[in-house]
Amino acid sequence: MTVKTIRQALHEALEQEMRRDPRVVVIGEDVSGGAGTGGGRDAAGGVLGVTKGLIKEFGEARVIDTPITESAIMGAAAGAAVTGLRPVAELMFSDFLGVCFDQIFNQAAKFRYMFGGKARTPLVIRTMIGAGRSAAAQHSQSPYHIFTSVPGLKVVVPSNAYDAKGLLIQAIRDDDPVVFCEHKLMYDLKTEVPDEAYVIPFGEANVVRDGDDVTVVALARMVHYAAEAAETLAAEGIECEIIDPRTTSPLDEDTILESVERTGRLVVVDEATPRCGMATDIAALVADRAFQFLKAPVRRVTAPHTPVPFAPSLEKLYIPDPERIAAAVRAVYGYGR
Amino acid sequence: MTAAITAITMPKWGLTMTEGKVVQWLRPAGAAFAAGDELLEIETSKITNVVEAEAAGTLLRVVAAEGSTLPIGGLLAVIGPADASVAEIETFVAGFVVAESAGEAAEAAEAPAPRMLDVAGIRLRYLELGSGDAASVLLLHGFGADLNSWMFTQPALAEGRRVLALDLPGHGGSSRDVGNGDAEALGQAVEGFLTVLDAGPVHLVGHSMGGAIAASLAARRPDLVRTLTLIAPAGLGPEINTAFIDGFVRASRRKDAVEVLQMLVHDPSVVSRAMVEDVLRFKRLDGVAAALDTIARAWFAGGRQTLDLTAEMAALAMPVQVIWGCDDRIIPVAHADNLAPAVQVHVLEAAGHLPHMEKAGEVNRLIRRFIDT
Repeated sequence: MTVKTIRQALHEALEQEMRRDPRVVVIGEDVSGGAGTGGGRDAAGGVLGVTKGLIKEFGEARVIDTPITESAIMGAAAGAAVTGLRPVAELMFSDFLGVCFDQIFNQAAKFRYMFGGKARTPLVIRTMIGAGRSAAAQHSQSPYHIFTSVPGLKVVVPSNAYDAKGLLIQAIRDDDPVVFCEHKLMYDLKTEVPDEAYVIPFGEANVVRDGDDVTVVALARMVHYAAEAAETLAAEGIECEIIDPRTTSPLDEDTILESVERTGRLVVVDEATPRCGMATDIAALVADRAFQFLKAPVRRVTAPHTPVPFAPSLEKLYIPDPERIAAAVRAVYGYGR
Repeated sequence: MTAAITAITMPKWGLTMTEGKVVQWLRPAGAAFAAGDELLEIETSKITNVVEAEAAGTLLRVVAAEGSTLPIGGLLAVIGPADASVAEIETFVAGFVVAESAGEAAEAAEAPAPRMLDVAGIRLRYLELGSGDAASVLLLHGFGADLNSWMFTQPALAEGRRVLALDLPGHGGSSRDVGNGDAEALGQAVEGFLTVLDAGPVHLVGHSMGGAIAASLAARRPDLVRTLTLIAPAGLGPEINTAFIDGFVRASRRKDAVEVLQMLVHDPSVVSRAMVEDVLRFKRLDGVAAALDTIARAWFAGGRQTLDLTAEMAALAMPVQVIWGCDDRIIPVAHADNLAPAVQVHVLEAAGHLPHMEKAGEVNRLIRRFIDT
């Protein structure tokens, strides 16, 4: 057990699974040296370094640099998965999903169903989400809600290194297509991570903090902001229960509902855009199945309905922060009192 | 009677505890108390437990208020003779604060960490606390647990003697290689551990499955065992709560784990979220499920205990004591009835299968008294 960053934890997951199972292959843009760039073997190791070193141990046949063509990457990976390999394909920025969406949404997600169970698609798509680096509108989105809405896809959104390694190993061992979302600002976040391989089951939320007053459900980077807000609120006498779903599909509905049953008050925090997102999905779930326990309306803390700004000052206003989260919690806590 | 003014400080329970919260003072300031009296309740991220008085005295001053959080070693209260003057108490407190900040760095540097030992190709993890000339103590945990099981026991016994807590094969940080998982396979690892460490005859303390391993080791190698303390041991009768064993092996989600772990204790609130998370994190590691399954099938096949140590127990020459919680729902306390009259049997009230956690003070006293004679 050692302290590792999310980057190291993900690398370890890939390395250990590639050693265990020769069918696991990595494919994507710049996963090793960058095809056609003259950068040399392993010069890149992934845009933020997660796959660095893999080609040295596993070779060109298993660590495959591709041209800039997401539709071909995802198409090839989906086909490889359904014919016997276990590919981990990289969609460098989740914002690029548009150019390969058919391969994910109509092909990989539906093979198992449309072939009557005769085909399995053990594909993992690793992709970056999140704003906060002035990467601007086309490189800062968090579209996990789009993947979540597709039946046949599993969607994973880890918030820390321990979860990241266990969930990625679970994703690689899972026989269905999994979209694995990595927040681009969190790769250096550290926590204690076992050195050996382990799995975390999908559909099992993590209760990050216990509290009796308000339930706060948060995803990815927002889990940490919610924790910060909870510290401030605890000093004011408001105890938050923070739930990190870890996977949006399948979603651990029971943990959320049981918490709201106790607290009666819910705030959902999501840095994605407000329409048709995870915050809306969870609010509807609770309104449907826990209505009799609610003491206040469900509040959603999300980004505004705009593209992600480039200017740092505007991007800062775009992303939900601990103070906006705390304000929402105070509002639901005080409602009706 | 305490002759001098001394401090009650925040204890360190287990490897990861860095601070604790004072939940409730159970005696008011100025109250007199006897050895063994409960003084205050402390909550850590893992568990809540009660601090008992080591000896009789008076609670001269409560320093840490209810609800306050202190680091380990922090000053909780001042105790001493009832006639201590205010000036003496003030001097003590002032002196303690100074000593505290100087000693903090040193203490942090020497916080013990578990070590690994290679025993015939199997790596075993163990934690060593304390030192001294007295015979060492070896603590063996039960099925599915690890050396952290002894978080309240090990520090209490470590005054003036070496206390070792070992992770059995398949558990904690030890190798997942359990052979065929039976008492002989696991016992060989323990025997090898004692041989490599050259610890001399030890006071052997075993809980549940660890108790059966301890007893069979004592029968096979009496030269290694000075005294034997068994806490709710396996091997004394056929009954076993298979719902617990099967449930524990299968549990991969929090809800399943909570239900199973609550069978272990008299007071279900002892099963904290942190405790459940620790168990799940252990069970998720590759190789653990297979190792536990192998052990379970070797020990509890067909819903009964396969090991019967009543004959071996009757033939033991060294002093033996048995401690059991009267509300044990895993292995029935009635198994203690099968023992020879020479064996001291202590049945504790309001305790389940984990008396060394739920009634730590009493168990520590029973062990200390037993090994000190």
